[in-house]
Amino acid sequence: MAEITLNNVIKRYGKVEVVHGIDLDIAHNEFVVLVGPSGCGKSTTLRMIAGLEDISDGTVSIGPGVVNDLPPRKRNISMVFQNYALYPHMSVRENLGFGLKIAKQDEATITARVNEAADILGLDELLERTPAELSGGQRQRVAMGRAIVRHPEAFLFDEPLSNLDAKLRVQMRTEIKKLHQKVKTTVVYVTHDQVEAMTLADRIVVMKDGHIEQVGTPMEVFNHPVNTFVASFIGSPPMNLLPATIRGTEVVFTDGKSLPVPTRLADRVRDGQEVIFGLRPDDLTPVGHGIAESGDSARLTLDVVLSEPLGTETILYTSIAGLEAQGKMFGPRDVTPGETLEFDIAMDRAHLFDAATGNSVRSD
Amino acid sequence: MMNGKLRKQIGAIATWVLTFILMVIICVPGLWVVLTAFRPNGEVLAKPPVWIPENPSLNNFAKIFGFGADQVAIPVPAYFANSLIIALTSTAIALLIGMSGGYAFARYRFRFKNGLFLGLMLSRTVPGIALSLPIFMIWSRIGLIDAKLGLIIVYVALNVPFTIWLIDGFFRQIPKEMSEAAQVDGCTRWQAFWKIEFPLAKSGIASAGIFAFLTSWNEYALASNLTRSTDSKTLPVGLMDFTAQFTIDWAGMSAMAVIIIIPALILTFLVQKHLIAGLTFGGVKG
Repeated sequence: MAEITLNNVIKRYGKVEVVHGIDLDIAHNEFVVLVGPSGCGKSTTLRMIAGLEDISDGTVSIGPGVVNDLPPRKRNISMVFQNYALYPHMSVRENLGFGLKIAKQDEATITARVNEAADILGLDELLERTPAELSGGQRQRVAMGRAIVRHPEAFLFDEPLSNLDAKLRVQMRTEIKKLHQKVKTTVVYVTHDQVEAMTLADRIVVMKDGHIEQVGTPMEVFNHPVNTFVASFIGSPPMNLLPATIRGTEVVFTDGKSLPVPTRLADRVRDGQEVIFGLRPDDLTPVGHGIAESGDSARLTLDVVLSEPLGTETILYTSIAGLEAQGKMFGPRDVTPGETLEFDIAMDRAHLFDAATGNSVRSD
Repeated sequence: MMNGKLRKQIGAIATWVLTFILMVIICVPGLWVVLTAFRPNGEVLAKPPVWIPENPSLNNFAKIFGFGADQVAIPVPAYFANSLIIALTSTAIALLIGMSGGYAFARYRFRFKNGLFLGLMLSRTVPGIALSLPIFMIWSRIGLIDAKLGLIIVYVALNVPFTIWLIDGFFRQIPKEMSEAAQVDGCTRWQAFWKIEFPLAKSGIASAGIFAFLTSWNEYALASNLTRSTDSKTLPVGLMDFTAQFTIDWAGMSAMAVIIIIPALILTFLVQKHLIAGLTFGGVKG
């Protein structure tokens, strides 16, 4: 059993604090993704779990015990690095078996485990090659193989896909998910790519500036972002965020256009409150081109500035109160720039954030 | 079409001729020394010069080892042993310090790191000979004149900045994730160094070793100041034994020079494989 617990973990470099007291419980066999923009402390946090970075304050536990003072080799974890870090002077077989050899396992066990890992990852043909003779995707697989042969308590992934081209990245993403379903183990995965986070995670941890902003399942984080940062970071294209003021039962934009306050949020706002109105492009759709009927919908007439057809849908750029807003047209037809369309707004999926704090009015 | 091919051929020939001329300029003095080692002293100063020895013989070698009547033996075995001991010991120490220092500069953050590194490099800007008098005075006070240890210390000091600089560069090329991956894989920091980083930096360490060895093996100026007798005199200093007040035994000196060159050549050939491995290392990275 390996749950991982971070208790008020702090990292300082000299006087500069970069991770500010992180609390996180990761359950046994859970796939947790730390996601955030670069410099948010996600990699540092992962490296503290691995033991590659000292913990300035707080505790990290893997399984039952605190591991703060244990070197990486005693934590029974394995890690996949962004640049793979394969040993160039060893064959794939030696790379895979290196950890077992260091642990003084006998030859038969090493061979069996290496073959098992090679089997899972389809590396059988490549065992005698050196890393230099492998493609990017193959190197990535060897790095994962090296992680699984040791049957560790937890896998740590540090942006493992960011060196691959777009197509291979999608393919390897699927392989990582399959791998996790096959070898059930706790996984902590760091990425700056919110699509990777959404697709892989059991739970997403959104980080910013050394703080955790929100922890939740992909759907929770997507549907109920706690603040404007999470709202804009998760989801592509990002959520439209438009400053507005509450006037009675209306959300009034800066140009005087208004929408009714979403029914479910009516008792969470007060008259005169400055807010930010959040709406995903999926919920701003031309009439007749939405995905799902909304029980609480409103309408706005908007000019289309630009359209980007993607096949199954077209992204429409329009503007609300002088700010760019993106909508989507499902089951699209051709749209010419300058065309005026009537948009359905799914108010039951709209968000309101306090303008001063950026926090969702639901979560305060 | 034909024209382009012709031009390419002319280019190749020109490159070849140029390379040949350069190699001649570099090699002829060495070749002259080797040829002279096999000819009698009289032929050395002949006018016009005699290129190929008319009666090549090993007489010069026999003479310096004390065989034959007309020459006082030069204690070549003692000089050779001194040179070997001093060069090997100082190279080993310089490599050890160079590896630790190079690794530290490449991997660790510490106070005054850049200043220290710059200081090491600046120490190379002082010509060794400028230090010979101060070293002589200090060494004579503490009794290190005419002692192998005295020369070993000097050569270590001479070589360490260079070995640190060269080895630091090689360790820098190895991503630090290699060592981290090894540590996660179960290695101690030392095992990670020894099993992963050291093999990858081996070619750099070998190059540093050759340079350090050749510096110590060939050094003359400081050694001539700090040595007196067969206790510590090295081969290059021993060359001066062939000069008397009015005569210089050029042939004997050349024979001795050949003896000095041979171990250096052997060592370079032995380590050459690693030097070439160092050049192809880039293809393995990633």
